[in-house]
Amino acid sequence: MATDHGCPVPGARAALLLLADGRFPAGGHAHSGGAEAAVAEGRLRDAGTLAEFCRGRLHTTGLVAAALAAAATSGADPLGLDDAADARTPSAAQRAVSRRLGRQLLRAARAVWPAPALDDLAAARPRGVHQPVVLGLTAASAGLLPLDAAYAAAYDCVSTPASAAVRLLGLDPFQAAAVLAALAAEVDSVAEEAEGAGRRALREGPAALPAGSAPLLDLGAEAHAGWAVRLFAS
Amino acid sequence: MHRDGPEVFPERYTASVEVGERALRVGLGGPVGSGKTATVAALCRALRATVSIGVVTNDIYTREDADFLLREAVLPAERIVAVETGACPHTAIRDDISANLEAVEELEEAVGPLDLVLVESGGDNLTATFSRGLVDAQVFVIDVAGGDDIPRKGGPGVTTADLLVVNKIDLAPYVGADLERMAVDAAAQRGALPVLFTAVKQPGGIDPVAAWVGDRLAAWRAVRT
Ligand SMILES: Nc1nc2c(ncn2[C@@H]2O[C@H](COP(=O)(O)OP(=O)(O)O)[C@@H](O)[C@H]2O)c(=O)[nH]1
Ligand SMILES: [Mg+2]
Repeated sequence: MATDHGCPVPGARAALLLLADGRFPAGGHAHSGGAEAAVAEGRLRDAGTLAEFCRGRLHTTGLVAAALAAAATSGADPLGLDDAADARTPSAAQRAVSRRLGRQLLRAARAVWPAPALDDLAAARPRGVHQPVVLGLTAASAGLLPLDAAYAAAYDCVSTPASAAVRLLGLDPFQAAAVLAALAAEVDSVAEEAEGAGRRALREGPAALPAGSAPLLDLGAEAHAGWAVRLFAS
Repeated sequence: MHRDGPEVFPERYTASVEVGERALRVGLGGPVGSGKTATVAALCRALRATVSIGVVTNDIYTREDADFLLREAVLPAERIVAVETGACPHTAIRDDISANLEAVEELEEAVGPLDLVLVESGGDNLTATFSRGLVDAQVFVIDVAGGDDIPRKGGPGVTTADLLVVNKIDLAPYVGADLERMAVDAAAQRGALPVLFTAVKQPGGIDPVAAWVGDRLAAWRAVRT
């Protein structure tokens, strides 16, 4: 957490809570993080399979998102990071969703933590920038550190499917919260790894970012985008 | 709340199109099956010759309402967009309006300039109201067949909507609804706010609602100029 590094800006720790809150109004509530497709395929059925699903997501796309976010917070060129995110997102459906969520987060961020960097990004890419990149710049505007941005990305990557599973499966919400609590140490280690990768990317360029992917998530996202009836947008 | 526009249409959105460049946004909420989509369809038919309209629907499952409006051909297809709500229409119209704001702005960008954007909520419970960050005025649609005690029960939709429409009065004799009692209860809940009793599917049934929307449009234009 930010305390390990000292908080440079008063209120920064509380700002991290606000940014990571699932109720932060940036469009995430309409997305399941791949959970809806996994439920339909029978891979996500209960608290145990939810934990496995979240763990897989955390160590693959979660790590990538967290590293992109940390790099953006530390000042790497957001447009270069946006291209890097494209290259690391094989599913066209997921690329579109990530851009859309990025644009929605940018809208919220510009109202909540106004900053010229956010306005410049909106002007440079009016059709949207990948969500983790916007998250990183938002964190910087809120006075947060790269590690904080990595935490927000890593936590979002597991909390999104967990809250969707409560709606999709009628899963006991206490069990879903317990799944997230049990993953806390892994979220820590992914965030720290991502922070290091973000620092390398700042020195060596975006090619230094991790490129883990989860083929079942990609396939699920592509199939889900074609469903006629679904509860979640992704 | 932050209000820097004239009182009739307070500045109700953030990081969005400048005031004066955008359409009036009217939200339609209310319980499932009360006639929201029928009202949207009838409003489009009544107003489309003189008013440039776009429609945003918020379905629980993808795009039922949008598809109905497309089948009925109330507007060209490119003027109707569906927002996905993650099984929670009231969240998408009130707590996190991101996707709806985007949909409204994309409509204006693609087919604008528009005079009026109608945002239909997916059918929800009696507490679902629109954020003032999303719409400039909201209509709450209930119907006589849903129980004539709904106005008495109140709730934010019935109590605070800018217009309450009590729809399907053609069915009142069949369901034993007491329209006078509904009117008295609604007035008690709403004070001076308007209530219209109508049947939007009957010939001319939409006219009072269309007239109310017309008045809102005139007020909006007066503020813009
Ligand atoms: N009898 C009668 N039926 C109506 C009226 N308005 C709508 N309906 C019917 O009520 C049902 C639900 O209407 P709809 O507009 O889809 O409701 P929504 O869920 O609120 O959008 C449909 O079968 C409509 O045809 C009306 O004024 N009178
Ligand atoms: Mg409807």
